[in-house]
Amino acid sequence: MAGDDDILGTSARGARGRRGRTAAEGSVVASGPQSGAMLEVQDLRVRFQTDDGLVRAVDGVSFALDRGQTLGIVGESGSGKSVTSLAIMGLHRGGSTTIDGRIWLSGEELVGANPARVRELRGAKMAMIFQDPLSSLHPYFKIGDQIVEAYRIHHPKESKRQARQRTIDMLGRVGIPQPEVRVDDYPHQFSGGMRQRVMIAMALVNDPELLIADEPTTALDVTVQAQILDLISSLQAEFGSAVIIITHDLGVVAELSDDILVMYAGRAAEYGPAVGVFNRPEHPYTWGLMASMPRMDRELTTRLVPIPGTPPSLIRVPPGCPFHPRCRYTGLVGERCKTEVPLLLEASAGHASACHLTAAQKAREWSELSGANVRGEIRETVPQGEVEA
Amino acid sequence: MTEQINTPQAAATSPGGAANGDTMLQVTGLVRHFPVTRGIIFRKKVGAVRAVDGIDLSVARGHTLGLVGESGCGKTTTGRLLTRLDEPTSGQIVIEGHDVTHLKPGQMRPFRREIQMIFQDPYSSLNPRHTVGAIVGAPFKLQKVNVKGGIKRNVQELLELVGLNPEHYNRYPHEFSGGQRQRIGIARTLALKPKLIVADEPVSALDVSIQAQVINLLEDLQDELGLTYVVIAHDLSVVRHISDRVAVMYLGKIVETASRDQLYARPRHPYTVALLSAVPVPEPLTSETGQRERRRRIRLEGDVPSPLMPPPACRFHTRCWKAQDICRTVEPPLAELISGHKVACHFPENTP
Repeated sequence: MAGDDDILGTSARGARGRRGRTAAEGSVVASGPQSGAMLEVQDLRVRFQTDDGLVRAVDGVSFALDRGQTLGIVGESGSGKSVTSLAIMGLHRGGSTTIDGRIWLSGEELVGANPARVRELRGAKMAMIFQDPLSSLHPYFKIGDQIVEAYRIHHPKESKRQARQRTIDMLGRVGIPQPEVRVDDYPHQFSGGMRQRVMIAMALVNDPELLIADEPTTALDVTVQAQILDLISSLQAEFGSAVIIITHDLGVVAELSDDILVMYAGRAAEYGPAVGVFNRPEHPYTWGLMASMPRMDRELTTRLVPIPGTPPSLIRVPPGCPFHPRCRYTGLVGERCKTEVPLLLEASAGHASACHLTAAQKAREWSELSGANVRGEIRETVPQGEVEA
Repeated sequence: MTEQINTPQAAATSPGGAANGDTMLQVTGLVRHFPVTRGIIFRKKVGAVRAVDGIDLSVARGHTLGLVGESGCGKTTTGRLLTRLDEPTSGQIVIEGHDVTHLKPGQMRPFRREIQMIFQDPYSSLNPRHTVGAIVGAPFKLQKVNVKGGIKRNVQELLELVGLNPEHYNRYPHEFSGGQRQRIGIARTLALKPKLIVADEPVSALDVSIQAQVINLLEDLQDELGLTYVVIAHDLSVVRHISDRVAVMYLGKIVETASRDQLYARPRHPYTVALLSAVPVPEPLTSETGQRERRRRIRLEGDVPSPLMPPPACRFHTRCWKAQDICRTVEPPLAELISGHKVACHFPENTP
């Protein structure tokens, strides 16, 4: 594994080169963070035992992230993107969940760490904002008191007055008008966009190194979404935090991310710099996502090209490439797609994908698809009655 | 508030286009105010939520009208009024030349076959205790329709039409994924061969890849069955894809309406311009030096004001960057600037 690092570690930006290690996905046994990145996740596996069977929610995902950088994790519901972030935060349910792999935050191992230590880090060094701000704020308490609590847990020596002043400052910085008045309001007195600002203020009150935003704008209107995305990126520039943004909206990731991780069925389908992933996507699943989305910045297509079928159950992930039952290109490869799990391999610097297609096939198929998409010539197949167990 | 017009002549020229003879749906001066009351014994009206405040629409047969706007702008209420699930405070709804505005439930029943609705949430809009067969077959029973070949065969044909396996007649909704449930909902909608379908956020609860399947299905069904759609959605790219005409709503009013191409290429109302500019573009922007950049866009400050007390005159003036004194005092009429393109603004954008 070390060999990969040496070859690829020469790139100027730290996060780029480290991606090479993911080429050996599934077999990495490392003893410590090797890149010096702020956050490093190696071969993360999260499983839940349920009545129906073992759910492999995350199945060998690796990535790294530096301060001031943004990683976008994209995928459909059930692709494991939220579980990945919950595992980093240590918010999984202890009894029924098993976590393997490594997570280093500033060099500190989080998997298997003392729960008390993880609790210290959570909120102080890593913080999270959720999709629905109304259900993440306690309806009984004033928002100011909730933020003060979050601050004083990690700063026990600060007085209540100092904490309150800090809270008012934060509310002002996230763009809440009259913060010294609104600090004493209850969550229901805020609109959806303002509540999300309150959540962001609470997440950033301890100046965390890592901010995880799980679908932060999905519940918001498009004009408010633009405000919140602006806010996240300007606060990131100010505080220098690393940000992981989890979303199904390719537009949102394109706006914010430096790197993009496309997840499918708990695995990384594609991982690379945003520009590369959007301009030269390498994985048929990423192609499918792009072609199935109506786009305002393009000529109107007569027909969308959906991905046939539905995402697989994480209890019975298809053998081989998990995407093969929905893939249009298995014919080009043959039986390997059904039997052999494709490794996440780098095609160009820092841009990796897990697909058996050759580089030439990928280039040809993508250029054909992106061209044909504009002409609206692709026929899609309507899925026939696949029912989830 | 728009004056109520009851003459068919006046209605024929209302916005929304389709001023020709083949108008499927004609709405004039539609108003829905929800009263706000105080007191328990002596309830008195202290105000009204002006959810829909005088809108005119018309949709030609076989066409699709997209209705867009932020949450709270009244688009869902409009949809419920069109399907007569809610009573309008005033205004007129004409379907295929029949005024259905004030029909009693019994009189309305034959028209129910013509107008159907697709709901947003495929989880809460299907009864979990009924089989797919019972759900899709319910319209036949409610309308006491004797269909040729029996209900079961018709239901199976409907399931096949929307791309589901007819064998799944006896399964329950929980056995299906979100996209498949939405297909079940669509099959039920189509059971009585409606002419007009009001689809309220038909794809917003679905995953991206499944969204495209359902959008394509809606388009295929329109081609096959000659359906007329009113699609209510907040996703501007979906609306662009599916609509022939688009109406933009803000706080209970239509602020702009035009053909799809016209509206997206040359928006005139500042609100439409801001909405379009707020949509994230799935293409990363880089500067010449290769640094990641954010797109410059028009940022609207704040949220949509409360429809309980909408701002006077032009309702958008509180968030508009072009607002002048006149915007606070005189309400701009929805005026036709160029043929088929109507805007309610004192200072419309002058896009080429």
